[in-house]
Amino acid sequence: MLEIRNLHARIAETGTEIIRGLNLTVKDGEVAAIMGPNGSGKSTLSYVLAGRDDYEVTEGEILYNGGSILDLDPAERAAKGIFLAFQYPMEIPGVASMEFLKVAMNSQRKARGEEPLKVPEFLKRVREATASLSIDMAMLKRPLNVGFSGGEKKRAEILQMKLLEPKLCVLDETDSGLDIDALKIVAGGVNALRAPDRAIVVITHYQRLLEYIVPDSVHVLYKGQVVKSGDKGLAIELEANGYAGVIEEAA
Amino acid sequence: MNIQTTRTRTAAETALIDTFAARLPDLPGDKAVIAKRREAIAALEARGLPNRKVEAWHYTDLRRLLTTVPAFDADADAVAVAPLLEGSTVLSILNGKAGKAQPVEGVTIVSAAEKMADGIFAPALQPATDDDAVGAINAAFAADGWFLDIADGAAPATPIEIQSAQAGGQVHTRLAARVGEGAKATVVERHVGTGDALASSVTNIVVGDDAELRWLIVQEQPVGATQLGQFNAWIGKNAKLTLFIMNLGGRLVRQEIRVDAKGEGGEFTLRGVNLLAGSTHCDVTMVLDHSAFGTKSTEVIRNIVTDKAEGAFQGQIRVAQQAQKTDAKMACNTLLLSDEGGFSVKPELEIFADDVVCGHGATVAEIDRNSLFYLMARGIEEKTARGLLVKAFLAEVIEGLEDEPIVEALEAKLDGWFAEHG
Ligand SMILES: Nc1ncnc2c1ncn2[C@@H]1O[C@H](COP(=O)(O)OP(=O)(O)OP(=O)(O)O)[C@@H](O)[C@H]1O
Ligand SMILES: [Mg+2]
Repeated sequence: MLEIRNLHARIAETGTEIIRGLNLTVKDGEVAAIMGPNGSGKSTLSYVLAGRDDYEVTEGEILYNGGSILDLDPAERAAKGIFLAFQYPMEIPGVASMEFLKVAMNSQRKARGEEPLKVPEFLKRVREATASLSIDMAMLKRPLNVGFSGGEKKRAEILQMKLLEPKLCVLDETDSGLDIDALKIVAGGVNALRAPDRAIVVITHYQRLLEYIVPDSVHVLYKGQVVKSGDKGLAIELEANGYAGVIEEAA
Repeated sequence: MNIQTTRTRTAAETALIDTFAARLPDLPGDKAVIAKRREAIAALEARGLPNRKVEAWHYTDLRRLLTTVPAFDADADAVAVAPLLEGSTVLSILNGKAGKAQPVEGVTIVSAAEKMADGIFAPALQPATDDDAVGAINAAFAADGWFLDIADGAAPATPIEIQSAQAGGQVHTRLAARVGEGAKATVVERHVGTGDALASSVTNIVVGDDAELRWLIVQEQPVGATQLGQFNAWIGKNAKLTLFIMNLGGRLVRQEIRVDAKGEGGEFTLRGVNLLAGSTHCDVTMVLDHSAFGTKSTEVIRNIVTDKAEGAFQGQIRVAQQAQKTDAKMACNTLLLSDEGGFSVKPELEIFADDVVCGHGATVAEIDRNSLFYLMARGIEEKTARGLLVKAFLAEVIEGLEDEPIVEALEAKLDGWFAEHG
């Protein structure tokens, strides 16, 4: 599904390198967790995957289903099935949530050569998805993410993910800001998306989320590199001992 | 000796002055009106067209920008278009000549040509100031238009659309409305066409006490046309005037707004949307007087500038000494979509009363990169994503009109513009 080879990426404006020779492979059907101290480059990696042009890839390769995605813009990547649930979803005043969902779904369908959804079918899908995530439809009457609470924004991201049915889901700290009940609902939503032809990358600081979304692999990111990989036991070890040991080992 | 008399005449000045004599016999009006026309052209001859040294024309050097004045074309075949709002009563002006009057209950409708011969019209042709080039050109050449007298307490059931359509040459129109006490009406002033015309239009409005008038100016001239517009209004006691302006065409556009909130508790709202593309130059200049106690005004202008277009908004608010408790807010926000375009904003407050709330703000920004990335990351193509963000920027101004058919009709205009220029 995803193969990142010796990836180097820097901030376009300043030239500061953030991702420094990162390697990571995620297979079809796999749930991979990425952990790592603040500022280690987790969100940057997620943005580079999604194609944000604030970052420049200077070396290495990102292969998605065997093909390079480096020349694709964010919309093209999304249409190919890459989805990023943002650590900090943006508020966009003036853009109605429902309109946004419809345009997004139909844009992706168009890119894949599918017919646009008819309004009743669209509404039905939104209704079902909101119900399964315990989201009040009234929230979608507001402009996109505007005035949503932190937890509501995270839930709205998962709602979008559910509706867009991506193949590679990258969740950047979707658990932060969620209360216990919301965490369970969101984890349930993610688990429902687990499928043999879909991979999920969960970026998190906390073992707790991984109790609900049990990962197949855990990777520690430090200073722009994956310094250690393991199974879910690694997350438990990190929870108990912190990063110091892993970082020393790598150094 | 005065400097203006020594400068050389531009081709446009010469054309205006030279064609006047030939045009005069065909223009309507009684003796006093003819005299006013002569006065106006004499003033133009003496002063020339204003250049950027004239403060009111600082951002629109009319002398330089008005490069050609097309000849009158009596046979130009102007074609009316569907009204902005479904079900409107349309009063057409084709190629500068008023069409057939349509009946509207509670409204007396007379053509401007007829009005100009009524013996008392002449003073209305007086330009507002020495620098009032729009008023002067229009006074000299205005051939027709419509006058609406909306009876006290009347509330026409359907909107009225005054539609001026041109097909080249020159069209100079005069519009006026008296809105009776407690009356309520919606009027659309539309400027459309197919030719590279020089169009001028002066509108004079008196909003009676307790009346409510919504006036929408929708200017959608083709890329080669020049539109010189002026809107003058006097607002009575506890009356409300909402002026909406949408500019989405033209090569050289100047829209002046002169409003006097002269009755206690009168309220003025200006909402403007300027969509500038190609090499359009568009200038909206407002002079607003708060001359009575407890008057209120809100001005919201939003601009989109793309290609090499240029625009300006000058907003002057003057609060007279007796106009205590004035509440005035003005904002002008611009979204620049290209590096080559530009927009200038000049707010000006002149306050002589001490107990007032007056504020203004202006911003010029580009499309927010973060928002754009967010939308694109959901699979929305760049062009569509930009369109959504630009529309979001304008939507607020239009939605503020709080009338569904009007909002829908104006948003359809936006969509049409984006389809062409987005
Ligand atoms: N656009 C940017 N401009 C300046 N610095 C940036 C930018 N993007 C990332 N950085 C820096 O790059 C480093 C990595 O940031 P990133 O957000 O990827 O970390 P993270 O691992 O997601 O951290 P956290 O756990 O706190 O979310 C940080 O030092 C951050 O300040
Ligand atoms: Mg982060």
